[in-house]
Amino acid sequence: MSALQAARKTRSAIAMGLCYASAGVGLLALALILAALVWNGFSGLAPRVFTEMTPPPGAAGGLLNAMVGSLIMTFFGVLIGAPLGLFAGTYMAEYGRGSKLTMVVRFINDVLLSAPSIVIGLFVYEITVVPMGHFSAMAGAVSLALLVVPVVVRTTEDMLNLVPGSLREAATALGLPRSLVIRHVAYKAARAGLITGLLLAVARVSGETAPLLFTALNNQFWSVNLNAPMASLPVVIFQFALSPYKEWQTLAWVGALVITAAVLALSIAARVLGAQRTSQ
Amino acid sequence: MAEAALSTVAKSAAFGQVREKVLRRFEIGDQTFHVLTKLSAIAVLLLLGGVILSLVQGSIPALSTFGFSFLTSQAWNPVTENFGAAPAIYGTLVTSLIALMIAVPIGFGIAVFLTELCPYKLRRPIGIAVELLAGIPSIIYGIWGMFIFAPFLQATVQPALIATFAHVPGLNQVFAGPPYGIGILTASLILAIMILPLISSISRDVFNTVPPVLKEAAYGVGCTRWEVMRSIVAPYTGVGLVGGVMLALGRALGETMAVTFVIGNAHKIYPSILGPGTTISATIANEFTEADGKLYTSSLVALGLLLFIITFIVLAVSRLLLMRIEGKGAR
Repeated sequence: MSALQAARKTRSAIAMGLCYASAGVGLLALALILAALVWNGFSGLAPRVFTEMTPPPGAAGGLLNAMVGSLIMTFFGVLIGAPLGLFAGTYMAEYGRGSKLTMVVRFINDVLLSAPSIVIGLFVYEITVVPMGHFSAMAGAVSLALLVVPVVVRTTEDMLNLVPGSLREAATALGLPRSLVIRHVAYKAARAGLITGLLLAVARVSGETAPLLFTALNNQFWSVNLNAPMASLPVVIFQFALSPYKEWQTLAWVGALVITAAVLALSIAARVLGAQRTSQ
Repeated sequence: MAEAALSTVAKSAAFGQVREKVLRRFEIGDQTFHVLTKLSAIAVLLLLGGVILSLVQGSIPALSTFGFSFLTSQAWNPVTENFGAAPAIYGTLVTSLIALMIAVPIGFGIAVFLTELCPYKLRRPIGIAVELLAGIPSIIYGIWGMFIFAPFLQATVQPALIATFAHVPGLNQVFAGPPYGIGILTASLILAIMILPLISSISRDVFNTVPPVLKEAAYGVGCTRWEVMRSIVAPYTGVGLVGGVMLALGRALGETMAVTFVIGNAHKIYPSILGPGTTISATIANEFTEADGKLYTSSLVALGLLLFIITFIVLAVSRLLLMRIEGKGAR
């Protein structure tokens, strides 16, 4: 083996060694985060976390009102955002495939997909909280809805584009009008994919904190009133973690564990559904 | 016989009427659905327009009061109502750039590992793990950063950095003590961990668009792995890699919760990256609900507008670049 060849081999080995190392670093960092989460979260996990309200400083309590608040706002956020995203995605994949409007909407949508959520919060603050004069759960739901829309638009368009054209042609040949072809044939063929998109959207918004800070604000007490400030798990974690009280900090870790578990479960469910679709 | 014929005619007339009715209903339904979907698509565009308009409108009081000096002033005084965005802009840019400097090489390394080195059986699980971790909410990174990572840095890494660079001119300013734990560097490191999964999963997808024939040909003439990556894969995927990095930059610039916990919230530009600072998003998250007075709120909205403009440009460029590599993969 010549010296040049040996040098080339060594260089390659060094570079590939660094690649192994970076994979190790990445996995280690993420394993450390999950370990800390499980370690600190499990120590505070007790039945009363799920049955009691958020406590005042220095007392024991749970996270019930925050969890229910998160569920309510996520539910309404998805209820508002998902149909809008579904229809917009339908237009892009069915009626306006390849049209200028579709190209522009796709581009803007992709930008909105990664836009800072805190800016969405500011926008919703300006259009709901300012005219209404107070913070409300509805404003929180609207800001979550605006984060749901881009995710659903993206997956709907992608999934409908995967539906074979021959299916649509067959339905049209039977005399079905376009809207029925879309609703009864295309949606049905793409159903698993559409549900995957929905789950991903829920996973995305259920951990969102920034847009809720100044729309839904927070609420220390039990409240299901959509027209009043409402607690949510991420905002409570934010508040409790930055507080000097030990009990609050423990609850913040428990909340963090609960959210992460929920988000990971949703992502895995979405992935399993997606895998079923591709294996068909 | 005649009667039967007559009833057929009557039947077909009735059938014709029903048919017409159904067709009409179909037509109306069709039109409605078409219009509904088109309006929804337009609504997505209006959404963007609405965000920009409302932010511009909200920031007019601040911008008209401070003018261009809003961008350059370091003042941030709610009592005298004197606000400047320079420390927040500085913090946003510096934390994101340091995060990129750390995360990009490691992210590329992970992508190379996943596409070239990893045993085939482990590729899918590790790839999925990386993608799942990209979905963990940012507040989790924040709470971990504050309680675990920052104290660790304060005790070990930061004193070491200060001691190492104490006698190097220039760098001793950049790594000047005391070790607070929280600060610009800590925020950058947390951001780097957060965008790592994003960079590695995008660059893995981009690497996968390289036709195997190209790589095989290079291996066939005796190239080493490193030479194949550097001279074949990297040039072929260059545009896509840059697009992926820009996308990660867009995320890092707008990231709020993870940074808010560990940045220190100081409206001041320190020469040392160990010192506390602030970012646009952290300032808004911390102060918006407590802001009283029109000018204070408006200044925060103006910060939001700045952030939106910066991220919009970065994300738009990233999309354009990624669209080019996607087109390449489809061909």
